[in-house]
Amino acid sequence: MSNEETISRRGLLMKIGILFNGLVATALAVPIVGFVLSSVTRGRANAYLSWVPLGSVNEFPEGETRLATFRNPYVTPTDGKTVETACWVRRVAGEEFQVFAVNCAHLGCPVRWFPQSGLFMCPCHGGAYYRDGSRASGPPERGLFEYPHKVKDGVVTIQAGELPTPGSPTASLFGKKPPCAGGNDLVSIQGGLRASSETNPWLGKKKSWS
Amino acid sequence: MVLIDQIGQWFDRRLQLAAPIREAAEHPVPRNTASWFYVFGSAALTVFMLQLGTGILLALIYVPSASEAWNSLQALNHDVTLGWFIRAMHGWGSNFMVAIVLIHMVQVFLFGAYKFPRELTWIVGVFLLLMTLGMAFSGQVLRFDQDAYWGLGIGASIASRVPILGPVVVKLMLGGPIIAGATLSRFFALHVFVIPGMLIGLVCLHLLMVLKLGINEWPMPGRLVKRATYTSEYHELTKRSGAPFVPYAVWKDLFFAAFILIAVAACALYFGPFGPTGRPDPTIIQTVPKPDYFFLWLYGLLSYLPPSMETPALLIGPVVVIAFLVLLPFLSGEGEKSWRRRPIAVLTVLLIAVVLGTLTHLAGYTPWSPHMNAWSGDPVPARFLHRTTALERQGALVFQAKQCRNCHSLEDLGGQRGPALDSVAVRLTQDQLIRQVIQGGGNMPAYGKNLSPAEATALVAFLETLHPAGQTPARDAALGEAQEKSASAQ
Repeated sequence: MSNEETISRRGLLMKIGILFNGLVATALAVPIVGFVLSSVTRGRANAYLSWVPLGSVNEFPEGETRLATFRNPYVTPTDGKTVETACWVRRVAGEEFQVFAVNCAHLGCPVRWFPQSGLFMCPCHGGAYYRDGSRASGPPERGLFEYPHKVKDGVVTIQAGELPTPGSPTASLFGKKPPCAGGNDLVSIQGGLRASSETNPWLGKKKSWS
Repeated sequence: MVLIDQIGQWFDRRLQLAAPIREAAEHPVPRNTASWFYVFGSAALTVFMLQLGTGILLALIYVPSASEAWNSLQALNHDVTLGWFIRAMHGWGSNFMVAIVLIHMVQVFLFGAYKFPRELTWIVGVFLLLMTLGMAFSGQVLRFDQDAYWGLGIGASIASRVPILGPVVVKLMLGGPIIAGATLSRFFALHVFVIPGMLIGLVCLHLLMVLKLGINEWPMPGRLVKRATYTSEYHELTKRSGAPFVPYAVWKDLFFAAFILIAVAACALYFGPFGPTGRPDPTIIQTVPKPDYFFLWLYGLLSYLPPSMETPALLIGPVVVIAFLVLLPFLSGEGEKSWRRRPIAVLTVLLIAVVLGTLTHLAGYTPWSPHMNAWSGDPVPARFLHRTTALERQGALVFQAKQCRNCHSLEDLGGQRGPALDSVAVRLTQDQLIRQVIQGGGNMPAYGKNLSPAEATALVAFLETLHPAGQTPARDAALGEAQEKSASAQ
């Protein structure tokens, strides 16, 4: 091409046309990206962190663990039953409570409470937890997720609103870390030992028994 | 006839497609590719068409709303005429599609068809496989039942493990803070618009490349692929001994496609539609969620990986596998094509097949999961209670009541999470039994907190009776026999 340096009128118009489209596309991208990311940018304030009532303190007998259900504070019109959520409420004594998510800390399947053996068991991959939510065995790397809770005017309330997953910001917000959080098998055995020696009179004096 | 001809010509004058279509149909293919090994690609396309058709039919009734989806599936199953059959065809079609795509991929791999110049065809094929799996997962979500709900929870739990971005990915995936209406809607958009759109585009590209580059010739041991000479050799081959694709090779494709459609319809008729299982109500926790057939191997893998390995394996594993598949044609783009001279390729395929098959088989009966009802449902075999003391029988009661049975089997009844206890007394001494029960360990929870001294005494007494007749129970060799006898007599 001999006229590489010169810019033809049509060539310039085409370039301006491309530039114009680029500008329009960039401008349109702002609302589109904003829409796509709305579930992320909405933030966790307001409904996410409001306190949800689970029931009166008297509905939960001392020393027992009961299933409670609550309606998620964040609702959209087409949610149907999915906003109804279950959680395990353990009344330790008096106004001392623990509220666990039903979601296994491994991959989120619903754990079931077995009062006879004092264990939560998961049907999916065999995770098990003690009554205080700490890891007992199986693939979970930590104890059950705990919702922050408080007792107000005789009503147990929790701060829920987000699906508890191992990486979610609320996972660290869910109350205090369970004793075996992040533990491996060795830690869990030690945890078990510690737990056992508290209540079991024979631990450490097996000889006298046999 | 004349009229039809004239109409045809009228259209062709405007479309000008007859000549290119005839050229594509009659393009010469190597004679030995008219083989039953070469029918899987067209079979995958056929099933894809079936999925498009049945999918559109289902969309006439299905309501993509978390509050209504389950009801609309029930209506399809029970109220709408033949709705169950269309659902069954779509469900079985998805199983067949995953299977055929995998078989097609194995055939292409073993016949060296990914080598020069068909590298891009292979890479597009890898993405077609990923999209097929994406369709399978999103389709399972649209069957909005308990499995779908908890399956999404598992997906979210896996996604949340991504470092730093985890929570963002989860919210993008769920469309909000929890699994709810927005989640189903976005999976509907993925399953019905986004992934099928990309699939159609990539299938066209895939087919175009097969036409442009020619079907892979039947690999002959010793005939090596060289970049410099392959193209001319291939043209020589098709020129010398080629035959027109239509009708020389196409009849086998047609027969197999029809056979596959009949097989899908037969499965649909005989087995019926998949689910839906229980309502997607998160307050119903008496559920054992399980993925669909093609993801069972993953379900199995996730229970066998050690906890510390899990997150790296989940996050790095797929990247490595996909990168390897994409890079494969660049790693071995030349050389031997025949599987007869590629033992590592054959062994790799066999190894992967055995691993996936084994994990799928295990996921069928989940030996890693406690049997939630074994403690209340499975009887203690009579032979373990015969001629036992009151204390030992009390121990058998403790054994059941404390849900030991959920993880330990007796006479093959009960959970398989822990070892079977039919002969536990031969393996563990009394002291070891006490220690194991109280402190747990080796993946067993500690029961010290949940057994009273009396219960533990009874339980261990029962466990000590669990040994085959004529085989003495294990004893502590450090203690003299007499000493032990006197100890147990106390």
